[in-house]
Amino acid sequence: MRPPSSEKTMNENALSWMIGGPALTGGVNRSAELFAKACSRAGLYVFSNIEYHSNIMGRHISYRVRTSDTPVHSHLEHVDLLLALDAETLFGTPEYQDYQRHGGHLHRVAPDGVVILDAKAKVDHSAIERDDIHVVALAYDDLVRESVEELGVTYNARRHSVMRNMVPIGASCALLDFDISHVLSLVAEVLPAHRQDMVEMNRHVLLHAAEQARRAYAKEEFHVTLRPRPERSGHMLIKGVDAVGIAKIHAGCAFQTYYPIAPASDESVMLEGHQTSYPIVVLQAEDEVASMNMAVGAAHAGVRAATSTAGPGFSLMAEGLGFASITEAAGPVVILWQRGGPSTGLPTRQSQQDLRFALQPAHGEFPHIVVAAGDAREAARITHMAFNWGDRYQMPVVVMADKFIANSLVTLDDLGLDELPIDRGEYWTLEMNGSEPYRRHRLTESGISPRAVFGTPGGQYVTTSDEHTERGRIDEQVENRMAQMEKRMQKLELAAEEIPAEWQYELVGPDDADVTIVGWGSTRGPIVDALPELESRHGISANFLQIRLLRPFPAAVVRETLERARRAIVVEDNYMGQLGLLIAEQTGIKLERMALKYDGRPFSQDEVVEAVCEHNEADLGRLVLSHP
Amino acid sequence: MVVADTERLTAKTFGVEDSHPDWCGGCGDFGILSAVKQALAQLGRPPHEVAVISGIGCAGKLPHYINSYGLHTLHGRALNVATGVKLANQNLEVLVAGGDGDGYGIGAGYLVNSGRRNLNIAYLIHNNGVYGLTKGQAAPTMRRGQKTKGMAEAAIQESVNPIGLAIASGYTFIARGYAMAQRDLVSLIVQAVRHRGTALIDILQPCPIYNDLMTIDFFRGRDVGHNRIYRLTDEGFDGRVHDPSNQDEIVAKQQAAIAKSFEWGDRIPTGVLYQLDAPTYEDELAGRLPELGTSSLLDLASPGQDISRLQDAYR
Repeated sequence: MRPPSSEKTMNENALSWMIGGPALTGGVNRSAELFAKACSRAGLYVFSNIEYHSNIMGRHISYRVRTSDTPVHSHLEHVDLLLALDAETLFGTPEYQDYQRHGGHLHRVAPDGVVILDAKAKVDHSAIERDDIHVVALAYDDLVRESVEELGVTYNARRHSVMRNMVPIGASCALLDFDISHVLSLVAEVLPAHRQDMVEMNRHVLLHAAEQARRAYAKEEFHVTLRPRPERSGHMLIKGVDAVGIAKIHAGCAFQTYYPIAPASDESVMLEGHQTSYPIVVLQAEDEVASMNMAVGAAHAGVRAATSTAGPGFSLMAEGLGFASITEAAGPVVILWQRGGPSTGLPTRQSQQDLRFALQPAHGEFPHIVVAAGDAREAARITHMAFNWGDRYQMPVVVMADKFIANSLVTLDDLGLDELPIDRGEYWTLEMNGSEPYRRHRLTESGISPRAVFGTPGGQYVTTSDEHTERGRIDEQVENRMAQMEKRMQKLELAAEEIPAEWQYELVGPDDADVTIVGWGSTRGPIVDALPELESRHGISANFLQIRLLRPFPAAVVRETLERARRAIVVEDNYMGQLGLLIAEQTGIKLERMALKYDGRPFSQDEVVEAVCEHNEADLGRLVLSHP
Repeated sequence: MVVADTERLTAKTFGVEDSHPDWCGGCGDFGILSAVKQALAQLGRPPHEVAVISGIGCAGKLPHYINSYGLHTLHGRALNVATGVKLANQNLEVLVAGGDGDGYGIGAGYLVNSGRRNLNIAYLIHNNGVYGLTKGQAAPTMRRGQKTKGMAEAAIQESVNPIGLAIASGYTFIARGYAMAQRDLVSLIVQAVRHRGTALIDILQPCPIYNDLMTIDFFRGRDVGHNRIYRLTDEGFDGRVHDPSNQDEIVAKQQAAIAKSFEWGDRIPTGVLYQLDAPTYEDELAGRLPELGTSSLLDLASPGQDISRLQDAYR
């Protein structure tokens, strides 16, 4: 796809920006997050997402920042400004390097866009072959050296060259006519404690780079400018992993287990940092089997417990999920940060491949709740509710998110947690039984048996992963088996009745539309952003059915919505169209139109627009997208 | 159910009336069950403050016959579940039980890593050399070249050395008991539970149905003319580290325990092989959050915690 041509008119605050360079040594993350934060502090809405390899040092990272005057939740295909820390950012890796080859990002630069690059890098300018874009070449290292020396410090390449990453940031501010003080004031915040002596130097590099870029950029005005909106400067800028961590603390989660895995561990690492301030223990277990079963034990002992993982770890959690369910543990809450599978797959890349697995994660038939979050805020709020449901329905709850939510930064007012209800479910007390022995799995009308937390006087009980009686004793008798199976599965029906509609699904946009986009999870961002674009640029009225609750499945409302839909398209980050299959299974409606991506990259807003336009013109059936 | 009178705790207090062991006649599990109940009576904690967490297999059924809280979990995962239970509520006395296949085979990774943590729990391993409930396959403790009557061929895998494994994993209380030596076993369980840190007792027991090698007669030493089982204390063996700050003593006591662990054949040592007072995982957590020194997570954590400061950090 050719980059959509950018507006020739001035675009105030609508920017698509990207920085690229090598992992670790490039300082790509720090500079992108600095710029994103500066934009957020300036009152702009920001969405920022990263692509990186499963590699510590050297492999290519690209980090996007998109800004807007209205909320944004996704990235665009084109970039207005491309900041290159190396030639690879422009051209990719050479053909002969077939390992982790990529084609660079030069082709993403929109007409009239600008590439900022290092004048001393081995960049063959003739290879750029784009006369519709502008190149600003700055001598990164010289600029850093001059800045350092101006402060009376002896330049030391090993120590100072890391500040190269500030050069294109300073240059960006100049081109965008963005008040650089927003960046300067953040330098001290983003630099780690052991680098605080370099705050002044970094600021100096930024100022110096801005000044030189202004001189080097021939055109008078760049077509995008950033104007601060001070009235909105109190926004949060947060990643999904951190939003979920905060939600767990808010929910009173006392015990979090994990085994290191991308992209999930960031959440646990964030929580580890708060163990001295909140009553939460984060335990790094020996594997995900241990993580899961520790969390189940803690849930039985009465605390809110959670674990967090990605697909490979979730595979190991299978038996523990079944165990939690048959023993009617109150939880735990499992956050499944999906990444590209199968097997080790694409450890740091996006996918929504684990839906079918999450729906049937272990052998046998058992109840559990599966709910998918569409963005960081939803992930936080759903996590909060997941603890309520775990306590109330006494079953594990799987919250599905993914790499796109985990790693992307998004502007939010707040996480919206304070207004959510707290429900710890039904407890057993000694007074409830009189002289009768406590029955942990008592058959009740609702299917829920009030639970005695370990340590409750008089509530001693045993329960087991074997089929068991109301008292929790191993039992293989026919009537008891049927009664306990029915009791457990009945709780799912109760959950389906009780869980409020807003947690089950949302219909975004007009009630009646030409096109109904159907999706789950993080495709929400690009889809929601695409709706106004489809209407205003392409004259297509579209709405979006986002399904949050995947088990128990809101079959009736989905069927009803799809029966009304004139043209339904299911959009998913996977090969099989797994939500489409689930809808067919649950409603009998087979959605023929699919827009699928399984290249390990998230949908962009443009890709959703493209998919809907193409499907709107012809009956394409299965449409596969990728924009390498 | 009535709340137990802690003044008059007896083994009977910890018995249950609505559940009866379905172990085979002559099974060592009866001896272990009896010893656990007697030990609990001596330890003085009321039944509702005790949690018995077990794995899968004949040994895994143990909690069904004890009046306490209990979880009969998954094969090899009892230590994981017990870790969660103990950390959620440190006031609980947590006992873990499982077979040798459960602990040294499918759960070996968890056995090792639980040793590294040193939670204040006690782990009883019912070691009968075979997988009984699946009808007599060799367990990880079955020695190379051995063949029970139920095995088609002799074992060609080396056996694991449980005591050596426990030492290498960092257990701070390591003992061996024998299911039929009741009084000694009760004493070992009491010591194990009272020990601050993770205690492991490898309990030898006959499986009268599937292991025709480790029989009561074998342990009695009918063939050699003397009891194979002997007490380490009778020989003056002292596995306890008296000065935990003395690294040399720790190493020496670990080496002595490992040396004893290889003793098998005509004489089989029982008793405490190693004991060290070391900071527990709970101690370490209290170092992070002092409230955890006196209260459990169950008491401290509640929903609706104020997160305004956390959110503001992202503004």
